[in-house]
Amino acid sequence: MSAGELSSFSKMSVFGPVVKIHPVVLASICDSYERRNEGASRVIGTLLGTIDKHSIEVTNCFSVPHNESEDEVAVDMEFAKNMYELHKRVSPTEVIIGWYATGFDITEHSVLIHEYYSREASNPIHLTVDSALQSGKMNIRAYVSAQMGVPGKTVGVMFTPLSVKYVYYDTERIGVDLLQRTRVTPSRTKGLTSDLSQVAGSAARVQDMLTTVLAYIEDVLSGKVTADNSVGRFLMDLVNKVPTISAEDFENMLNSNINDLLMVTYLSNLTQAQIALNEKLVLL
Amino acid sequence: MQPLYLTLRLSSIVIIKHYQEEGQGSEVVQGVLLGLVVDDRLEITNCFPFPQHTEDDADFDEVQYQMEMMRSLRHVNIDHLHVGWYQSTYYGSFVSRALLDSQFSYQHAIEESVVLIYDPIKTAQGSLSLKAYRLTPKLMEICKEKDFTPEGLKKANIGFEHMFEEVPIVIKNSHLISVLMWELEDKSTVADKHELLNLSSSNHLEKSLQLLMDRVDDMSQDIVKYNTYSRNLSKQQQQKHQYLQRRQQENAQRQSRGEPPLPEEDITKMFKPPQPPPRMDTLLIAGQINNYCQNVKEFTSQNLGKLFMAEALQGHN
Repeated sequence: MSAGELSSFSKMSVFGPVVKIHPVVLASICDSYERRNEGASRVIGTLLGTIDKHSIEVTNCFSVPHNESEDEVAVDMEFAKNMYELHKRVSPTEVIIGWYATGFDITEHSVLIHEYYSREASNPIHLTVDSALQSGKMNIRAYVSAQMGVPGKTVGVMFTPLSVKYVYYDTERIGVDLLQRTRVTPSRTKGLTSDLSQVAGSAARVQDMLTTVLAYIEDVLSGKVTADNSVGRFLMDLVNKVPTISAEDFENMLNSNINDLLMVTYLSNLTQAQIALNEKLVLL
Repeated sequence: MQPLYLTLRLSSIVIIKHYQEEGQGSEVVQGVLLGLVVDDRLEITNCFPFPQHTEDDADFDEVQYQMEMMRSLRHVNIDHLHVGWYQSTYYGSFVSRALLDSQFSYQHAIEESVVLIYDPIKTAQGSLSLKAYRLTPKLMEICKEKDFTPEGLKKANIGFEHMFEEVPIVIKNSHLISVLMWELEDKSTVADKHELLNLSSSNHLEKSLQLLMDRVDDMSQDIVKYNTYSRNLSKQQQQKHQYLQRRQQENAQRQSRGEPPLPEEDITKMFKPPQPPPRMDTLLIAGQINNYCQNVKEFTSQNLGKLFMAEALQGHN
């Protein structure tokens, strides 16, 4: 656990491991923050996940009740152990990889809590989520502790930041997209749409993107904006992606596909009518 | 009760995550929903999953796990009221006896409980597929009496469309979560996946149709059973009738000859009526078929739209 490998100053990583966070974790943390006890200024909890050679992936978390005052801090460790056992039964691959706290700064109490967690896991990471929005944004940072100080004398602990990335599973991505759309409506609600309206929505989005691109092209052509070669290359890729098929072949493919779909629709309607009939006959 | 609104919050993410982690196969993933009942709305605010059934699994383990989880969650002020359960499904095949029984026991205990069905395959195609169902009051009645004979069902006048009622879902976020969303949007570098506009459909259609065919086979077997039953019943009626007639004739003859009439025998013991087949399974199968057909139709309508769009795009060349 030495502060040995220093990478370039622009990057803020010491060990090189990147902390990958799933949005579930952040949402749970925010939720626990909202539900905190009266008088508690922050919430802490355990982070669960998997450790890789190069990265640490945080996939789950649970909050742990704790009491914090000016001079002392008490964490319910029994509870933490219990919860971890329960979680392990569901997903046995998850291990304790650290802990989180809401709030912007790292206090002295954090050091104590971090020590406790170092007993549970080797080299735990500490995640802070600024849910009180002290700096105007919700800052999410991860730290690892490193020893510092002169050997022989009192050794201190320094929290060194790590780089944070967000990863999603595919299905998670789609869920998060849906939730993104809730932040637009004033009442923060959203019904789940289905059917053709979704395709329409998606098509509208593609159309928006196309209009933006077209506007950019217009600007470049009229000289308002200098042409950027890489963008030009992307555009060429885009145009070439539309496959050039002879009109007849395309017609054939299209027709056969449409026929398949229509046939299936017809069959399913037939089946539904059949079972409805059956129902009526039985009840006679 | 009146159709309830459900307001989900972060639960949606948790459900998704659980499925991804647990199984990509056709195993079913289940868990418990926690929340509150507010006015005429059911709010679901949290959930936790059940461990999969492994070899060494005892029944009390599940209940104990549940109790422990709920107790622990109560310590951190999470709503611990058990309001329902969720299940993942494979291509929409969830209407089964097991589901019915579980939902019945839940609804019996807590009136507003719902079962949330999550379809991961459909979600991977581009749109979150979460549906909430409850048993209709009529079906509750029937389940309570366990009277699944045809006469019983006829009395209740229940069809497969009246088994489950769907509850509309609304997703509601708190302000803090909205801030989180902004932050994620800012930082996340993963491009928007446009799975929804994918043109390939044959795979999904094939699987759905396969399942549909299996179900229809089951259905036809069931119908055959019912037909044989009703045929047997009518044959038996005839036999009974004939026997009675013969009896009467004989008695008349004997009377004319002055002999004592033959004793009336107990007919019911001679002609035992055949067992009427339980109709519950048929109802379930019909409901399932209906579900499949709905899904297929939805899917085809979407795909037709996409195909026409592709045509328009190609037409510009």
